[in-house]
Amino acid sequence: MSNENYASAEKRGGEELRAPARASETASNKARLEIHGLSAYYGKTRAVSNVSLSIQTKRVTAIIGPSGCGKSTFIRCLNRMHEVTPGALVEGRVLLDGEDLYGPGVDPVEVRRKVGMVFQKPNPFPTMSIYDNVVAGFKLNGSRDRRVIDGKVEESLKMAALWEEVKDALYKPGTSLSGGQQQRLCIARALAVDPEVLLMDEPCSALDPIATAKIEELIHELKETVTIVIVTHNMQQAARVSDYTAFFYMGELVEFGVTSKIFTNPEKHQTEDYITGRFG
Amino acid sequence: MTSDPMPQISTHRSGLRYLRRKSIEWVACVGMLLCTGVTVFFLLTILGYVLYHGAASVDWEFLTALPVPAGESGGGIANALVGSAMVVALAALMAVPIGMGAAVFVNEFPGAGLGRFVRFLAEVLTGVPSIVVGLFAYALVVRPLGSFSGLAGSVAYAFIMIPIILISAHEAFRLVPVSLREASLALGVPKWRTILWVVLPVSSRALLTGVVLAVSRALGEAAPMLFTAFGNPFWNLNLRKPIATVPLLIYTYATGPYEDWHRKAWAASFVLLVFVLVTSVLTRAFLRGKADE
Repeated sequence: MSNENYASAEKRGGEELRAPARASETASNKARLEIHGLSAYYGKTRAVSNVSLSIQTKRVTAIIGPSGCGKSTFIRCLNRMHEVTPGALVEGRVLLDGEDLYGPGVDPVEVRRKVGMVFQKPNPFPTMSIYDNVVAGFKLNGSRDRRVIDGKVEESLKMAALWEEVKDALYKPGTSLSGGQQQRLCIARALAVDPEVLLMDEPCSALDPIATAKIEELIHELKETVTIVIVTHNMQQAARVSDYTAFFYMGELVEFGVTSKIFTNPEKHQTEDYITGRFG
Repeated sequence: MTSDPMPQISTHRSGLRYLRRKSIEWVACVGMLLCTGVTVFFLLTILGYVLYHGAASVDWEFLTALPVPAGESGGGIANALVGSAMVVALAALMAVPIGMGAAVFVNEFPGAGLGRFVRFLAEVLTGVPSIVVGLFAYALVVRPLGSFSGLAGSVAYAFIMIPIILISAHEAFRLVPVSLREASLALGVPKWRTILWVVLPVSSRALLTGVVLAVSRALGEAAPMLFTAFGNPFWNLNLRKPIATVPLLIYTYATGPYEDWHRKAWAASFVLLVFVLVTSVLTRAFLRGKADE
């Protein structure tokens, strides 16, 4: 069990269960992503086995589980990044608003513009300024109007809660920022493409508790506009930020449900063992 | 041995084992120093020798005048300097895109055994003697076109440069972190744009170093010019005709019978050496400047 953010979890202990309180209103909500029988392989090794679940629109879904349980592989299947790894293979269907991302003729490049991703370690492009980093993906839309691009940079940085800190340094290299700022820059970069879904693969694991708290706050704000799937090692974080939680173990989905229920009254004993710290 | 709780051997400075360790260290140290010394000695000797024999004959006339008929005094190597620059520049124009393009292929499609095979071929190609490369360019360009030419020389130089560029570019691409590629792909940037926008800029310093290395190597090669550029005592800016190049001129002058030619061969060597040194120092300074940005 990860303890790195334990202090901040205690500090915010009072609001730990805030997110699930809203989950009751999700009954009428509609699913943005529907995953049916998804399996993922590296060569002959199966990393994800036959997972089915629905990701609700404009909600935060957390994926938790011990290291090597297939969490990261699973979300990399949701924007077709898994197949970038040599020897990787995916089976099953992932429906985004009813359309199969793995259907014949679907271009993975288009999929990734609708389903954005933020990685574990902040990875701004080292040869680009903050400004260019933000619009690296957006510029592909073909707009050359400087005002449109300027506007997009400001809008995205504001959404990522970074604007105030960098508005006077937009032409400095993206790598000159601190780790937490770099991660928010990466979030701004992903948001600039206007994705419908934002995948976050342990976005805080390389950050200190203060930067982590900022990103978590940001997640709360972002779910007004995008659907978020977050992989995390940190169960306090899952409890704090998510509406739904999926527990993965050994490549299988053990339990999926409203976060408050998973953390207070799980159905499977494996889930209970994991969240009470008996293994993992 | 008594049961002493504190092991003494490691702190004891006069023990036999300590002396033995110390002497091995001394021998190894002196040995490595000798190896380094020999390497540096030869480099400095070559530099000093060329400087001693060549520098005195290098003046403005030497750099700007045409060669004079044997026996007359004065004259220079201006035509060979310009010829070398033209032939190597054209060779670089051919070799840089081909070498880098092939490196991109080798790096981006490793799954297909073809990529690894191409890389293997490039390694073999760096070992092919340059005289053989010259013969190949002769068969490929000189024979069909019916005359020796700067173009044929460029083709020969390009063959020497391509594998050097390919291998150095491939190594540069391999050092680009996977996370940066993935960051770009995850934004919905197509693979070819990811290569152009992310992989190439990130590795640009190493790519430039590879190109400079290849150019320096080609600049000094005389053998591939023997049956291609052929040499020319007159001004020629036409790459379809025989053209003078510095290394070939050095070869001709150094093996000729005249004292004046020998002097000029030394002077030309000096010019060539200085040019290569200055180029690599400038490149380093430029790259360091870029790194500080």
